Amino acid sequence: MDQNQQQDTAHRPVKRKEMTRRQFLSYTLGGAGAFMAGGAILPMIRFAVDPLLQPKQQGNFVKVIEESKVTNEPQQVDFKVHQVDGWYESDPKLQAWITKGDDGTIFALSPICKHLGCTIGKYGKEIPNQYLCPCHGARYDKNGKTLAVAPRSLDEYEVKTDNGWVYLGPLKPNSRVK
Amino acid sequence: MLKGMYNWIDERLDITPMWRDIADHEVPEHVNPAHHFSAFVYCFGGLTFFITVIQILSGMFLTMYYVPDIINAYYSVDYLQHQVAFGQIVRGMHHWGASLVIVMMFLHTLRVFFTGSYKAPREMNWVVGMLIFFVMLGLGFTGYLLPWDNKAYFATKVGLEIAGSVPYLGEYIKILMNGGTIVGAQTLTRFFAIHVFFLPGALLTLLAAHFFMIRKQGISGPL
Ligand code: HEM
Ligand code: FES
Repeated sequence: MDQNQQQDTAHRPVKRKEMTRRQFLSYTLGGAGAFMAGGAILPMIRFAVDPLLQPKQQGNFVKVIEESKVTNEPQQVDFKVHQVDGWYESDPKLQAWITKGDDGTIFALSPICKHLGCTIGKYGKEIPNQYLCPCHGARYDKNGKTLAVAPRSLDEYEVKTDNGWVYLGPLKPNSRVK
Repeated sequence: MLKGMYNWIDERLDITPMWRDIADHEVPEHVNPAHHFSAFVYCFGGLTFFITVIQILSGMFLTMYYVPDIINAYYSVDYLQHQVAFGQIVRGMHHWGASLVIVMMFLHTLRVFFTGSYKAPREMNWVVGMLIFFVMLGLGFTGYLLPWDNKAYFATKVGLEIAGSVPYLGEYIKILMNGGTIVGAQTLTRFFAIHVFFLPGALLTLLAAHFFMIRKQGISGPL
């Protein structure tokens, strides 16, 4: 190594592994900006998605009919449940088709069609021994088993009997048909 | 990866010149607080816009729960503030922001006034700024009624009495703003519509004009 070369090395700028000024500034400004934007926007997003994170309302059992009045011919019962919908509380009316099965157990079908949610008509009114939905012609038998159009059978209310009265609770999938 | 996506789009649409035209301009020394700290007064315009963005965002989110109806308005505000997660924060942003935006706008106006920036060729931007000022006052006034509590009701009554005191036309103005003869159901829906559709629309249009003129004319020179 001659003298010239040596000098050359000494004067070459030292190469350090560090970020450039431009990089440093964009990271800090970007970071601070993202922090501020996040601070403003995240609360709003959490606010908007709150309904997704609320626990489901628990249904109570409601007294609907005397046990002795339930026959093996489906009967319509109307009952009210208390509903809290945000700031609006109401007691909407629900409907059930309540029947004593061949096995002697009392069951109550939801009238909400499992096709797309219309309300089915009276048992046996249009078609003997069937429920018919007026919207797209879904049909169900006495146990709520789907016969046409709808992909699933009618839901059932949970049923409790106490002291000669029938009580209906939350909905569950049909347990009488497979 | 982001860079890759950007390049992919840029190759096809050549978007770089568009944002460069908007973002790439020199900040003169006399408005840069890093050079003279007192230049922070030039930030008030940007801060006003920042809070306006917060107002628009938080307002949009509030309308997810709010109803403009005299029976339910108060309950919906009570619900969104106390039952919904972060409701207090989101309403708080809108509530305090509404005052802060006026404060910032006022400071911005003072800066423009004392630096003489309203002089030729920027007279039109002073006029647009004044229109923005009145639109902001309108947003504050119409928004104030929306919670439909006592303070809201009486503030609006007072405001409309003042409008009614205009010579000759007062009574007509008052009925028009009331949507009838009392502060009631129709006042609330009317104020709501004005608050969330009409005035924000006017505001955004005016802001666009404001910013367009600033880019065209540049920031005014040093004192
Ligand atoms: C940019 C300027 C705006 C200003 C100055 C403003 C001002 C106000 C004020 C003073 C209130 C009453 C707040 C309270 O008493 O707590 C309010 C309420 C409200 N504003 Fe705005 N607002 C603006 C923009 C918007 C926008 C763009 C929307 C919707 C798209 C909106 C939606 C609402 C709603 C839904 C309420 C009622 C809820 C509440 O009172 O907390 N606001 N606004
Ligand atoms: S909803 Fe009942 S048949 Fe379509």
